[in-house]
Amino acid sequence: MQGEHLHKRYKNTTRSLAIWTIGWLLSLAVAQFGPLMIWSEMPFLTILAMLINLFFGVKMLLANRNHLLNQDELQRKIQLDAMAVTLGAGLIIGILYDVASNTGLINADAQISHLVIFMGLTYIGAIVLGQRKYQ
Amino acid sequence: MKNKLKVLRAERDWTQADLAKALDVSRQTINAIEKGKFDPSLPLAFKAARLFNLPIEDIFQDQP
Repeated sequence: MQGEHLHKRYKNTTRSLAIWTIGWLLSLAVAQFGPLMIWSEMPFLTILAMLINLFFGVKMLLANRNHLLNQDELQRKIQLDAMAVTLGAGLIIGILYDVASNTGLINADAQISHLVIFMGLTYIGAIVLGQRKYQ
Repeated sequence: MKNKLKVLRAERDWTQADLAKALDVSRQTINAIEKGKFDPSLPLAFKAARLFNLPIEDIFQDQP
């Protein structure tokens, strides 16, 4: 990979990350909805689906790490800044959200999916701001 | 940190994309360095010095 130019490496690692992310999402859907809609009362299949999802998750994580390592130093800085903002905002807002749920300030129970969506949007926003900062 | 990347690049009639390819970074990185928005790492600064065949301090100057 080191002999290839940055642009080609970036394309290859992005494709790899996209493939493993799609695989992870599909296997997550199977693990979530399989026991409800395809098979029922067969815990073996549910455990198998979860193990497959774990496998795809680990591959996605490694593909993401490889993707970051093959970026240039400015891109890595933008990513690091965005991840720091996302982690901090996720921790602060996540705990506040839980407190609001526990104290009855909001009617519905706190959902992990809401936090994931919030972190995703924060990350995208931080990446856009980082890219604009170094234009 | 100030730098002479833009001048050195212009002397050789290189585009930002040409320099980016030679240094194995993105065009955005070259643009950010030239504008003083981003300071390169020491390995990247040495790489630029080797490319232009100049001492590193002739390209990059500290700006207190």
